[in-house]
Amino acid sequence: MRFQLIGVNHKSAPLEVRERLAISESRLPDTCRDLTAYPGIEEAMVISTCNRVEVIAHTVNGHADLRGFLHEHFHLKPEELDPHLYELREKDAVRHVFRVASSLDSMVVGEAQILGQVKEAYATARAVGAVRGQLDQLFSRAFAVAKRVRTETAVGSSSVSIASVAVELAKKIFGSLHGKNVFIVGAGKMSELAARHLMAHGCASIFVANRTYERAIGLAQKFDGQAIKFEDLYATCDRADIVITSTGAPHAIFRREHGEQFLARRKNRPMFFIDIAVPRDVSPEMAKLDGIFTYDIDDLQQAVSSHVADRRKEAELAEAIIASEVERFEARLSTLDVVPTIVSLQDHLETIRQAEIDRVRGRLGQMTPEQEIAVEALTRGIINKVMHTPITTLKSAAKEPEATTVVDVVRRLFNLQVKGKDGAAQSAAKKDEVGTRS
Amino acid sequence: MSLLWLRFALGCYFIGLVYAFVALSRTSDLFARIALHAASLGMVFHFVSLVEVFLSGQFVWASVHNGESLLAFISMTFFMVIYAIYKTTSPGVVVFPVVFFLTFVAAVDQQPVLLTALVQRRGWLIAHIILIFTGYAALVLSFGASLLYLLQERRLKAKKPSSLTSFLPPLETIDQIGYRSLLLGFPFMTLGLLTGSVVALTTYGRVNFLDPKILLSVLMWAVYMIMVFTRWNSGWRGRRAAILASFAFVAALAAWAANYFSTMHRFAS
Repeated sequence: MRFQLIGVNHKSAPLEVRERLAISESRLPDTCRDLTAYPGIEEAMVISTCNRVEVIAHTVNGHADLRGFLHEHFHLKPEELDPHLYELREKDAVRHVFRVASSLDSMVVGEAQILGQVKEAYATARAVGAVRGQLDQLFSRAFAVAKRVRTETAVGSSSVSIASVAVELAKKIFGSLHGKNVFIVGAGKMSELAARHLMAHGCASIFVANRTYERAIGLAQKFDGQAIKFEDLYATCDRADIVITSTGAPHAIFRREHGEQFLARRKNRPMFFIDIAVPRDVSPEMAKLDGIFTYDIDDLQQAVSSHVADRRKEAELAEAIIASEVERFEARLSTLDVVPTIVSLQDHLETIRQAEIDRVRGRLGQMTPEQEIAVEALTRGIINKVMHTPITTLKSAAKEPEATTVVDVVRRLFNLQVKGKDGAAQSAAKKDEVGTRS
Repeated sequence: MSLLWLRFALGCYFIGLVYAFVALSRTSDLFARIALHAASLGMVFHFVSLVEVFLSGQFVWASVHNGESLLAFISMTFFMVIYAIYKTTSPGVVVFPVVFFLTFVAAVDQQPVLLTALVQRRGWLIAHIILIFTGYAALVLSFGASLLYLLQERRLKAKKPSSLTSFLPPLETIDQIGYRSLLLGFPFMTLGLLTGSVVALTTYGRVNFLDPKILLSVLMWAVYMIMVFTRWNSGWRGRRAAILASFAFVAALAAWAANYFSTMHRFAS
């Protein structure tokens, strides 16, 4: 197990830092390719969401310079980045991946969106060949663990989504949401969800603006709303009381002067901006204006933190599941370690050889030392020749995804009982089989 | 006897006062309910006290202490009306201390002082007092609402998790309370000043605009008008509205204090 993980998340780094590390969807494949070309890295993938940017790699010797990669890739000085980074290896990295996929490390514990995001990141990395054997195993397991956590605990069931927190905040500003207008800028899933919640609480109408006008029309139709051309955004935005913005723009699209215009046209009636974009869409300068209330993704986290305590108990249960799954995964991975199988195969054949020599010795009577040497050499030679191909196959298969299958076939063919770690692995594998059947 | 009832009322209002201070630091629904009931009971005692004054046969409405008592009662009435509409006790944070202070001063001792030379136009005088006090009460409430608005705005801007659980009603509700009080108070204040002028004209034959009471009252009315205008025209809220409201409130206090310096509007001893 030579997994390494490095990254920042909503707990370790402020939004300002995460903004600089955010990797857009279009740049993700190239980043994965760059990673696999980096010295010491065999496989790698990147998870980049608004709350985290993480690089997970399977390395040659467990000591790849992932920090160095981040510095180079993002053109950041170590002192700017390093204080916010966390770096995990082997078992800890596996645990972290499981926790992320199961939404235990999320800003809103139990929210379902993160699993989809991890799956997308995995698919992207797999498509460019950056994920093959080990990471493939890790993430396949992570998805299974996430499913288990979701079905066996109530962590996800009472999830306080960002969307419902946004509704609560909107109510703190506007009281009743009846008759309020909502503007969605950037047609993303998250904004759609937030808009749906707001509409369910009585908001009157919805406007949608997107760089691709067709997408805006598509989303507007869902809500019976009105699509606005992106170039008309500033002219129409003041019609909305609540603006949900999540564009992929590299810079703020709402600046102080826009806020001042909106307020003047609205006769200073307050506006609520829910900025779920990273990098942020609303400039901090605009957020300072009287009458403009802006909550970015970090602020929403603060707002939900009070709800997190309610689910602590369920989260503890989920953590226990994760812990046992990490052990299982570790055991399972060690089945990929072919050395115990080779040793066991050698032992097995040696036992047969010795037994056969003893049997012949009994039949032929006492042999001369020369005869002894000749029989020894003959039998050993045969064994070595027979073993050569299986051992070579096992060694080469260890680097491939089908290693488990090959190891399994060899064990079955020779009826091998592997001791120690492998023994645990076998029982784990058996458990898996039972699990699959049920 | 009326003083005794007033002192009972004061005791009840004291609970409201404690609530006002506690509410600023933490939320307690139970305490809010207790304060509300205590305030209601206080109003009953207060009402009895005012009725006794009225029935005493003497015309003592225009005494300083009875005036203060009446103003406190009208303020409480406003508070209760707001509670009935918006189901919030948070304006109490401002209203309770003001009411307690006014009632406290009025309940200290009996001070049967009368406005001088007011033998004619008694009806106008009563109208003047009630109208102007209603205007004052509305102003107090509007001032309170603008402070609460500022407080809630700060809380929401500070983005603390507590902003979701604060005792304050939604920003727009506070805004409506403030704006409606302002709109309601303005005509009362205007009519109050007009009736006052009529009383002055009939009593003295002229209105001396250099008299401190008149000057400050006109200033207060002007600020009041600016508040209504800026709100109506540009929707001034938050900090700017709070500054104006504070200014109007200070002007109102000064106008009240001017009773002691005015030659025309003076309580005789």
